[in-house]
Amino acid sequence: MAGALSVVFEPGFFGSGPVHAALLTGAVVAVVTGAVGVFTVLRSQSFAGHALSDLGTLGGSGAYLLNVAPVFGFVGAGVVVAGAMDLFGEQRKRSRDVSTGIVLGAVLGVSALLLYLDSTSSTTTGVTVTVLFGSVFTLASYTVPAVAVCGAVGLLLLALLYRPLLLSSVNPDLAAARGIPVRLLGLLFMTAMGVTVALASLVVGTILSPALLIGPAAAALRLTRRPLAAMALAGGLGLAATWIGILLAYDSYYWPPRTGTWPVSFFVVALIFLAYLLSGLGERRGQRARLRAGQSECAADPCSVEAV
Amino acid sequence: MSDMFAPFMTDTWITASIIAVIAALVGFFVVLRGAAFTAHAVPNAAFAGAAGASLLGVSTLLGLGVFSLGGALGIGLLSRRGRHDAVTALIVALMLGLGALFLSWSTEYAPEIYSLLFGEVLGVSAGEVAVTAVLAAVCLAVLAAVYRPLLLTSTLPEVAEARGVRAHRIDLLFLSLVALATTTAVPVVGALLMFSLMVGPPAAARALAKHPAPAMALSVVLALATVWGAIALSFQTNWSPGFFVGVGAAAWYLIARLAAAVTLRQVGRLERR
Amino acid sequence: MTPQSAIEAAEIESAQAEAQQPTPSARPSQPTPPVLALDGVSVRLGGRQILDGVGFSVRAGEFAGLIGSNGAGKTTILRTVMGLRPPDRGSVLIDGAPLARRGRQVGYVPQKVLIEPDAPLRARDLVALGLDGERIGPRLPSRRRREQVEAMLDAVDAGRFADERVGTLSDGEQQRVLIAHALIGRPRLLLMDEPLANLDLRSGQEIVELTSRVAREQGVAVLLSAHDINPLLPVMDKVVYVAEGRAASGPTDQVVRSEVLSTLYRHPVSVLRVDGRVLVVAGSTVTTDAGPVGAGA
Repeated sequence: MAGALSVVFEPGFFGSGPVHAALLTGAVVAVVTGAVGVFTVLRSQSFAGHALSDLGTLGGSGAYLLNVAPVFGFVGAGVVVAGAMDLFGEQRKRSRDVSTGIVLGAVLGVSALLLYLDSTSSTTTGVTVTVLFGSVFTLASYTVPAVAVCGAVGLLLLALLYRPLLLSSVNPDLAAARGIPVRLLGLLFMTAMGVTVALASLVVGTILSPALLIGPAAAALRLTRRPLAAMALAGGLGLAATWIGILLAYDSYYWPPRTGTWPVSFFVVALIFLAYLLSGLGERRGQRARLRAGQSECAADPCSVEAV
Repeated sequence: MSDMFAPFMTDTWITASIIAVIAALVGFFVVLRGAAFTAHAVPNAAFAGAAGASLLGVSTLLGLGVFSLGGALGIGLLSRRGRHDAVTALIVALMLGLGALFLSWSTEYAPEIYSLLFGEVLGVSAGEVAVTAVLAAVCLAVLAAVYRPLLLTSTLPEVAEARGVRAHRIDLLFLSLVALATTTAVPVVGALLMFSLMVGPPAAARALAKHPAPAMALSVVLALATVWGAIALSFQTNWSPGFFVGVGAAAWYLIARLAAAVTLRQVGRLERR
Repeated sequence: MTPQSAIEAAEIESAQAEAQQPTPSARPSQPTPPVLALDGVSVRLGGRQILDGVGFSVRAGEFAGLIGSNGAGKTTILRTVMGLRPPDRGSVLIDGAPLARRGRQVGYVPQKVLIEPDAPLRARDLVALGLDGERIGPRLPSRRRREQVEAMLDAVDAGRFADERVGTLSDGEQQRVLIAHALIGRPRLLLMDEPLANLDLRSGQEIVELTSRVAREQGVAVLLSAHDINPLLPVMDKVVYVAEGRAASGPTDQVVRSEVLSTLYRHPVSVLRVDGRVLVVAGSTVTTDAGPVGAGA
């Protein structure tokens, strides 16, 4: 038994401090991104996720210049521009995609400059990799409590605003008619998204954080239409992907080509992709079961319209 | 300053000009067709290809080309099957992760990632200039050939189908052109800034030009200015070309939109809807 | 009248009437095939029989209204005629032959196009694409093409906004440009998909009259789909009324009658004529309508 375990868990895994920090951070991040991600998909605001992550790049690379841990840079950037994102969302999709893409290009360009300055000015090597692809094994000591606090605040906010947020996401007109402040909620949600993306950037980096935000949520929503169940499922999928990813990354130190560990972000994204593919199978099984049960048409909630 | 035009830089200037022309012309149709997602996705796939090529020690252009084309055609095939946003977005993320993985196996991890993502002045080696020129010539030939059906399917897709133009084939050709443009430009401007180069100049141009010919010409002019400026300034400051491309493209876009708004007001007409 | 024979009777009547009178475009009576001929066309989509044995024809210079409520099958008929969706059964013939894939025989005007306001394409450019939009190869400047475009723009009265961006035109202006685009290639048949749906009454009337005029001048057969028959009454030569996947075609007066439509809908339907307008309402009226021709006139 011990032999089998040691094949999966390379020596030192359970005793390692950085691994503990990584697993804890990863768990908080996965749960928060699962919940926020479901709302993001329901509100069709995936583009904002990409925008916020690019801005996180700026914040993270700036943070290094100021000698501050990246978490504060990510979170600061995410919160500060949430309002601007809310404005952009009002445009028509095509022109919005072009104009935000160009603006974000400038943001990334500036990030490139900051990263360059980081690498020449400080002794920290590989800032680029850390910011863009994550640094879950090399977190500063005060990062973990900061993550826990941010995560708790985010989840609390979601719990308090759950019903009005759900209604204004699915049927904004009805929500407004009931006196729900749709725009204010939108702004608050954007802020929550900014914080979430920032946290995700710690684990998989800014470039891949949208995948952690959207992937588990999209997979979960293929399997269930009930929002709470989807949030729990997304959190679970994210957690599995993150923990298994951390484990595999740790183990990969002993794998060829022996140049160090493989990136955690690669494993996490690959696992999320796998989960999404598998959710497709689950979805088709569910559809066939419904058809057999005699439901020839889709019920009130939309069914996916994939060509069979 | 004079170093910039030294003989060893000639190839760079030639490549830069080729890149700008192709990116601008292909980008004109990217904006017309609303293919912003494709313009993000293909360079990211290219990144994985370049990383793989670097690992295997083969030509970067080869890696870029194979993965760009594969990614572009893959998007075309997937989009035919209906809704594709989530799965293609995840595949794109996977490509980036794969690229990071490949580079992590090499010894030049950090610098390689940086130059593939944000560009490098001497990104195209001397031996690859000829290949770049050939790819560009192919791209121009194809564009000249399918210009009209491409314009028709981009603006009136239903009518084009009724006329017997197979929109799907034209779409695949278009995607191949995006792959070609990406392959030539990514070594110099970087995968993350390819979007800015392809989309920025045409988006700016169409604010100022009313019909295709002057819009395409203006796109080329702005793209050339952007890339040449990026090379020159990058050479002087040692900052990556990506920075200048990103900021430059955004600057042109803002200026063009402002100029268009001002001109309209001066003429005293309201945009009719 | 037995149910099915009401439709057949109307069609027999209309065929007899056609044989006796020349059509408004007054072609010499030669046995040329109609520009468009559908015969027994059936289409099944998503488990539903959308079209069931639809047959009608449109001759050169004729203006046919394809009338029916939303979901009746009008769009499916148009798509089948365009060759985008081959019928499961039956045939579609253009000038007596199956539709050639790369043909310029059919011009199509979609209901609305989604072109961005800042798209760099003028009305003039869109019309020019109607001439050669499907050709491969670089486009050389050509005075002849410019003149043709100019003439077509005048014909649809689009000269004043010819140099404006297509995306900034009003719906009515866009329709004119789309018609010009479709007609400049000299098609045999012009298909229009609910052009009146987005237009106000006056613009709609202008479009109908303009289409009828230009189509007659060019000898083009027109099939225009709409859910309200009234705007088309002044220019329509015949009507193709679609309901429940079936169609009845012929002169308006013979098809738009209570018995015919009741058979079509498999439900009592009354046709009322008020002031020269037609009103189709569900349910039967106490008094029947006054007769086949000129009721209420």
